Amino acid sequence: MKVNLAGVTLKNPVMTASGTFGSGQEFSEFVDLSRLGAVVTKGVASHPWEGNPTPRVAEVYGGMLNAVGLQNPGIDRFCERDIPFLSRFDTRIMVNVCGHTEEEYCEVVERLADEPVDLLEINISCPNVKEGGIAFGTDPKAVESITRAVRRHAKQPVIMKLSPNVTSIEDMARAAEAGGADGISLINTITGMKIDVSRRKFVLANKTGGMSGPAIKPVAVRMVYQASHAVRIPVIGMGGIMTGEDAAEFMLAGATAVSVGTANFVDPAATVRILAELEDYMRRTGTEDVNELIGAVAE
Amino acid sequence: MRKKEEGTILSQEEICPGIFDLRVKAPNAAAAASAGQFVDLYLQDPARLLPRPISICSADPTQGILRLIYRVSGDKTGTGELSRMKPGSALSLLGPLGNGFPLTEAGDGHVFLVGGGVGIPPLLQAAGELLDLRGRAENTDIILGYRDRNSFLAREFEPLGRVVIATEDGSVGTKGTVLDAIRAEKLHADVIFACGPKPMLAALARYAQEREIPCWVSMEERMACGIGACLACVCRTKETDGHSNVKNRRVCKDGPVFRADEIEF
Repeated sequence: MKVNLAGVTLKNPVMTASGTFGSGQEFSEFVDLSRLGAVVTKGVASHPWEGNPTPRVAEVYGGMLNAVGLQNPGIDRFCERDIPFLSRFDTRIMVNVCGHTEEEYCEVVERLADEPVDLLEINISCPNVKEGGIAFGTDPKAVESITRAVRRHAKQPVIMKLSPNVTSIEDMARAAEAGGADGISLINTITGMKIDVSRRKFVLANKTGGMSGPAIKPVAVRMVYQASHAVRIPVIGMGGIMTGEDAAEFMLAGATAVSVGTANFVDPAATVRILAELEDYMRRTGTEDVNELIGAVAE
Repeated sequence: MRKKEEGTILSQEEICPGIFDLRVKAPNAAAAASAGQFVDLYLQDPARLLPRPISICSADPTQGILRLIYRVSGDKTGTGELSRMKPGSALSLLGPLGNGFPLTEAGDGHVFLVGGGVGIPPLLQAAGELLDLRGRAENTDIILGYRDRNSFLAREFEPLGRVVIATEDGSVGTKGTVLDAIRAEKLHADVIFACGPKPMLAALARYAQEREIPCWVSMEERMACGIGACLACVCRTKETDGHSNVKNRRVCKDGPVFRADEIEF
């Protein structure tokens, strides 16, 4: 089940999606983290962020909206507490990095350079913060520039997390590759909105939120397919993965690894169940090596 | 490893318009539950992804039964689906979750248990545990606020303390809020435990602060994961929290019961 992601060997391709799994501590009561290919942490910034007012989540049919706004304890607390916790497990650690400015991203990346962290995922696609986030992720020039800046400061492989809220995902993928990214991950959430018609009010305090869950999966699969054909660097696929077959679908579309997000809220043990189902899918289809799945959709 | 429990619905009854009384066989959750904790209920419609957090009205560890009382928010909502589930149906749940009321803080003091609307059910378990702890009901005042004459559960509280009712329309008890009832009945407390809508909790927190009465409130917020990972259900706090490193605490994991003087209402 091993895959090679930007030079890092994962024991299997199933990872967590940033923001849905904290730093693994809470979920470790429900899942043996050592069974996962990697734990991808919630985004961490150079200093603590308060996040948005509540309500921060709303259910929509087949999915959900969130506007947490990247609440995080800041890189100092993260390095003191979360990295030592995750280091106890036999899994890879991918730290998701957020920031308001290029300098803030670089500060966090530099701070992580000598930490026992395997991979960095740079969040340039959060739809829920006013500065940074998606502002960097929807303009190819900005994507290339921030990728180059981060790459200069990083010791670990750099995965750029891309936004689906763009006209051409290929342009964004190519911009990340041109900036020196070691991989890309997609999709982040799709910007959405929900209105309570009886109260005539927005359901989320932030008005808009990022949509995730199985309802967005076809969009995500299409974008993973397009992006993986536009670049040579590996692609991490995510967006509504609920089952092992969903994970296989993303790999067939071109993903080297996959991230499980919203499914963790439906079942705290979703990651390991999806891994078992992916292995079952391979048995049923006579697939000996999971790498055979990558990009293997018949053209 | 903890995991979801596959419960079975034993009975379900609409005890007042829109208020349902659900009994679930769920031995693991029932054995571990204490007053003020909640369970996450998972719906059958796979397109309704998020669990519904419902407070525990009472738990019977010997029979392995949880009693959950909840308001249906609409016919086409998740709670609407839940309300149509029949005895014998499987109901998957996770819990108990969160931290309940620290009832031992009551000592021998005079206690207010204050509930508003669907914040009332968890106080039934609290009142029962308090009676077990203290052996007498005399120094427990149970102040319940309702919209109207549909004063669900009120009679069940009677053996557990002195029951005082407030209704918005004045159809039962004092017309007005729970605080109006407290003033009208000239009640005094040494310790307060409360669950209900945020404006009620904010008013009680002020009342308690003015009189220097220790007060614990059970907060409500929209949740996703229910286990403290997603940071959806935070409440504002006066001081920087040790976990979040900002002035936010997680209702599902650090609460839902908090010291009232910690909360920035």
